[in-house]
Amino acid sequence: MKVLVPIKRVVDYNVKIRVKADQTGIDLANVKMSMNPFDEIAVEEAVRLKEKGAATEIVAISIGPQECQETIRTALAMGADRGILVKAAHDVEPLAVAKILAAIAKAESPQLVILGKQAIDDDSNQTGQMLAALLGWPQGTFASKVVLEGGKAEVTREVDGGLQTVKLNLPAIVTTDLRLNEPRYASLPNIMKAKKKPIDQKEPGDYGVDAAPRLKVLKVTEPPKRKAGVKVKTVQELVDKLKNEAGVI
Amino acid sequence: MSVLLVAEHDNKTLKEATAKAATAALKIGSPVDILVAGSGAKAVADAAAKIAGIGKVLLADDAQYANQLAEPMAALILELAGKYDAIVTSASASGKNYMPRVAATLDVPQISEIVSVDGPDTFTRPIYAGNAMMQVQAPGGAKKVITVRTTAFKAAEMTGSASVETIGAAKNPGISEFVKEELSKSERPELASAKIVISGGRGMQSGENFHLLDKIADRLKAAVGASRAAVDAGFVPNEYQVGQTGKVVAPELYIAVGISGAIQHLAGMKDSKVIVAINKDEEAPIFQVADYGLVADLFKAIPELDEELKKQGYG
Ligand SMILES: Cc1cc2nc3c(=O)[nH]c(=O)nc-3n(C[C@H](O)[C@H](O)[C@H](O)COP(=O)(O)OP(=O)(O)OC[C@H]3O[C@@H](n4cnc5c(N)ncnc54)[C@H](O)[C@@H]3O)c2cc1C
Repeated sequence: MKVLVPIKRVVDYNVKIRVKADQTGIDLANVKMSMNPFDEIAVEEAVRLKEKGAATEIVAISIGPQECQETIRTALAMGADRGILVKAAHDVEPLAVAKILAAIAKAESPQLVILGKQAIDDDSNQTGQMLAALLGWPQGTFASKVVLEGGKAEVTREVDGGLQTVKLNLPAIVTTDLRLNEPRYASLPNIMKAKKKPIDQKEPGDYGVDAAPRLKVLKVTEPPKRKAGVKVKTVQELVDKLKNEAGVI
Repeated sequence: MSVLLVAEHDNKTLKEATAKAATAALKIGSPVDILVAGSGAKAVADAAAKIAGIGKVLLADDAQYANQLAEPMAALILELAGKYDAIVTSASASGKNYMPRVAATLDVPQISEIVSVDGPDTFTRPIYAGNAMMQVQAPGGAKKVITVRTTAFKAAEMTGSASVETIGAAKNPGISEFVKEELSKSERPELASAKIVISGGRGMQSGENFHLLDKIADRLKAAVGASRAAVDAGFVPNEYQVGQTGKVVAPELYIAVGISGAIQHLAGMKDSKVIVAINKDEEAPIFQVADYGLVADLFKAIPELDEELKKQGYG
């Protein structure tokens, strides 16, 4: 069984981003970039399936600038077998990403595609669901547990009220939530081995996809800042302020 | 511009999120029709019919919609989509699940978690955990598919009396099935709509210690939330998580206890009206957004708070 794992290169989650003064976007100059944390969880899940003997091959796919190759190398060092880099100069919207992935899925015929539930840069939370729609496959989003059994995937999902479990026909789409697993760090020997693993270089046009953005970004601005408040010395003072100053209790 | 608003509910009650999303939908265009897809959900449709300003309510009552599975939900919405210029729902776990399926099938981009409607085709949404706001314009002529961050909109009045029309189910794609649900039962208000939220972080040290917060919550009729660290450590279940990748809340009062204030947590609560932080580390970043900060050991401060509230006649 083949598993595809699409991964995105994003600003590292520890970085405090800056909005560009001309309001055209985020300043990405000299900013630390990493694999989207939810995608690390996706790679880890695929690698565990392979270690259990459920998966035979893991293909890591990244869509974006040439530097995404580093992100793919990280996935290869974690245990993916080969990579596909689809080069695109600008931000590619979730729908175009899903179209490229759908074309790759048709060519590769995986039984499972595991994606992160959202990228921590654009916070869209769309790509996995869109890919499922384009392929006509079922989806198990926000997964905290995935069990493959009897040709189906049983996925436990983190929903607003608790947990929901669904059973999906294969092939299927899974998107990861935080509690699915704890991703491993790649070991040095595996990082060395990953350097020899193949990465195909492609372009959106190779898949017949026009990756031009459809939404027009008018401006990107700083959110309103909260005013710093006061320190209270005692619990009594706190209750008094909440009651008599803020009037919220 | 006609709008289809998909209701959020549990087959019994309509979530307040839908009345809030209705406010956004009415800003986008009209008429706004509401789709209630559920099982035994007549009461939900009747409640939705009271949302002021809407056109009509469409009720699709069928077992396949009982658990809001994405595949049948999207199939139903797509059957209705032809008649509408925009399709809108609240950015809840279920809206986030089925809506991109609808958008992709219609070959249009989705605009996720809008916090304002700036024009008929122009919207603002947070990116980077709310550290930047992006204003986008949807492509002209194409259908709009939108999810709404409901904390950013006031609930519409419940003074309307729209008609309820029963519609048939769509063909179930039959590729997914519901197995089970483990939902937490609580007498307390829901996290997403509570007026007061008290959240605990890693500083709580254990699940048992969350009972300290439960007591305060009972006195203030508050909901209890948590940071990711507290959920990951197993102190409380996943549905407590507030933040960039958990729930977004904006209550009148948010009390953060033993939470450091990572940007991913702030993303879920920084629009609260009043923020209180109780933390023993005076350098904790949470104090930078707190209206009232108390530098204290929570194991001393929380029992004291309980005493003080009791003394003042709360609960
Ligand atoms: C992809 C991704 C998504 C994430 N999504 C979320 C999210 O949605 N929500 C979220 O919350 N986090 C999220 N995080 C995690 C986030 O980065 C932080 O790790 C997390 O919020 C920290 O939780 P915490 O404040 O409880 O723990 P810590 O940062 O460990 O802080 C604990 C605090 O408790 C205080 N404390 C300890 N003991 C006491 C005591 N006795 N009395 C008083 N104070 C005490 C300490 O001073 C400290 O400030 C995400 C991270 C990633 C990478």
